[in-house]
Amino acid sequence: MAKVKGAIVVDIKRCKGCELCIEACPTDVIRMDTKVNSKGYHYAYMEHPELCTGCVNCALVCPDSVITVYRTKVEE
Amino acid sequence: MGETRLMKGNEAIAEAAIRAGCDAYFGYPITPQSEIIEYLASQEPHKRTGMVLLQAESELGAINMVYGAAGTGKKAMTSSSSPGISLMQEGLSYMAGSELPCLVVNIVRGGPGLGTIQPSQADYFQATKGGGHGDYKLIVLAPASVQEMSDFVPLAFDLAFKYRNPVMILSDGVIGQMMEKVELFDQMPRATEFDQTWVTTGKTADRERNIHSSLDLDPARFEKHNHHLQEKYKKIIENEVRFEKIQCDDADYVLVAYGSSSRICQKTQKLAREKGIKAGLLRPITLFPFPYEEIEKLANHVKGFLAVELSAGQMVEDVELAVGKKTRIEFYGRIGGMIPTPTEILTVLEEKYLGG
Amino acid sequence: MEVKDIIKEENLVFKKTGLLTDKILSYCPGCGHGVAHRIVMEVIEEMGIAEDTIGIAPVGCSVLAYEFMNIDMQQVPHGRAPATATGIKRCWPDKFVFTYQGDGDLAAIGTSETIHACNRGENITIIFINNGIYGMTGGQMAPTTLPGMKSSTTPYGRDVELMGNPIKMTELVAHLPGTYYISRQAVHTPLSVRRAKKAIQKAFETQKQNKGLSFVEIVSNCNSGWKMTPIQANKWMEENMFPFYPLGDIKVDGKIIDK
Repeated sequence: MAKVKGAIVVDIKRCKGCELCIEACPTDVIRMDTKVNSKGYHYAYMEHPELCTGCVNCALVCPDSVITVYRTKVEE
Repeated sequence: MGETRLMKGNEAIAEAAIRAGCDAYFGYPITPQSEIIEYLASQEPHKRTGMVLLQAESELGAINMVYGAAGTGKKAMTSSSSPGISLMQEGLSYMAGSELPCLVVNIVRGGPGLGTIQPSQADYFQATKGGGHGDYKLIVLAPASVQEMSDFVPLAFDLAFKYRNPVMILSDGVIGQMMEKVELFDQMPRATEFDQTWVTTGKTADRERNIHSSLDLDPARFEKHNHHLQEKYKKIIENEVRFEKIQCDDADYVLVAYGSSSRICQKTQKLAREKGIKAGLLRPITLFPFPYEEIEKLANHVKGFLAVELSAGQMVEDVELAVGKKTRIEFYGRIGGMIPTPTEILTVLEEKYLGG
Repeated sequence: MEVKDIIKEENLVFKKTGLLTDKILSYCPGCGHGVAHRIVMEVIEEMGIAEDTIGIAPVGCSVLAYEFMNIDMQQVPHGRAPATATGIKRCWPDKFVFTYQGDGDLAAIGTSETIHACNRGENITIIFINNGIYGMTGGQMAPTTLPGMKSSTTPYGRDVELMGNPIKMTELVAHLPGTYYISRQAVHTPLSVRRAKKAIQKAFETQKQNKGLSFVEIVSNCNSGWKMTPIQANKWMEENMFPFYPLGDIKVDGKIIDK
């Protein structure tokens, strides 16, 4: 059976750490890094990449358009 | 030879706008200039040339419609009278700041406040010294006849586009309402090509996007922009001073007056000569740039100037700047909508300079 | 499957539209302006009309919209955007013209320009961001501030006896014959973003068909002005703003929807 696998790439420089992507993610993939970017913001990263389905919800609500989303199907 | 007609000054402006290939007029009625929009409406300019005509909800609406049209490279104009022009100052400041061309006609009435619908020249400071906020200048043309009301419309558009700056035709109820013979120039075509280096008509693949904004939060960069504007105004001063001189070369006394008061002073000057008084008349045609140099030159040989205005004394300050301490300057003004007669001014000249 | 095997061009499903510049947005973290900017630009990109579109930036938080929207733009005096848009559209009826305005710009100082552009039925699109507060000047009361809501000029809450009631511009303009499509949306959840984008697309389609004025309000957050975290602000918005400013289409095909 085919399973959907996804991944996100966060533009760390532009992320403002608002956490709206965390709230929007249905599979609890995203967390804020403890490190900060040059603007002093924590930034989003995939804490649980294996759970990402590439649903784009995080990217849709991201006010700064910092999230790029990829998705593919894999045969189990 | 163009077509000759008997017209009101306001009508001549409107007809000239259509003939000059003006693309859009946005305005709001106010006395004593409502004939401009009324005449345009009667002409159905969308049928004659495709020109847009729209009565706006206010002068604020009108000037910002002009701002939008001007941003796209169109020849856009509005007209109003003093209280309405006050409302337009915000838009004019934005247009000067973002360097957009337009024509604004001010058929001045007496102020301050709602004032009177009678003629006045009390908006000189507002027109020539900025008017709105910030360091900027309008190019200001002062017609003294219905013929010039017509002729200055294409001139105003030429100057507006040459310098990408708003141009004002500063007239008043006398010239606006007066009927005279006017020789109309032939119909000019409306522009079909627009300078893609600055117009906002949609970013195409072959050019960078264009932005009109007067905002810059970086003070160093914004100072540079302001210097650029000042350089432009300097060029305008160097190249665009216009004036008319009548019998100034041998004059002992020179009347200085523009627009409607210069028409009255023309008669005064003749009456003076008839009485053996060597009088001349200097009429500034551009109020910005003002003919300082010419007046300064005259100051070397004349015994005195008499500035005549329908105001409490505004242009006279520029005459004083030009003359300095070289010779005497006197002022005569009627205010509140009152208009002096030629003999009244002659009496003033005689009283001030010839001991009555 | 490794993440690096997924991150490949052929698997790309979402990236920032090229009609947004690479400048970092001047908005606070979590502010809805960013999403609103993006979906407007996505619609313009997807409709293939970028070369024929002129945008109008207001005064307010989004005054710098022209720095972010990668198309021809004009910044205008406070509240006058619908007049400027009128000036452009009347001269270029085949172009797409939209304004992007906040609640102070559109519903206070620019009420006259808004109502008259709507009433004349100008074929323009108005995008109206309503966050119930003046963000840029530091959180003062807006015409849309809710009764009882705190702001820096209503520190004890908006007292309608003293300060009057909030104004529902969107319902107001829906009653004008010149408006054809009127909708109120939000951009705080994936579903709301999808709906808002559809509404904006419908607005631009309305313009394409020369049907009259299209107007999309986006009820948004101002976590800085409201003094909340972005997530708290969105929750507060759902609980307080949406009951007063209910979401959904208000006028479709020139007809007000019965609710």
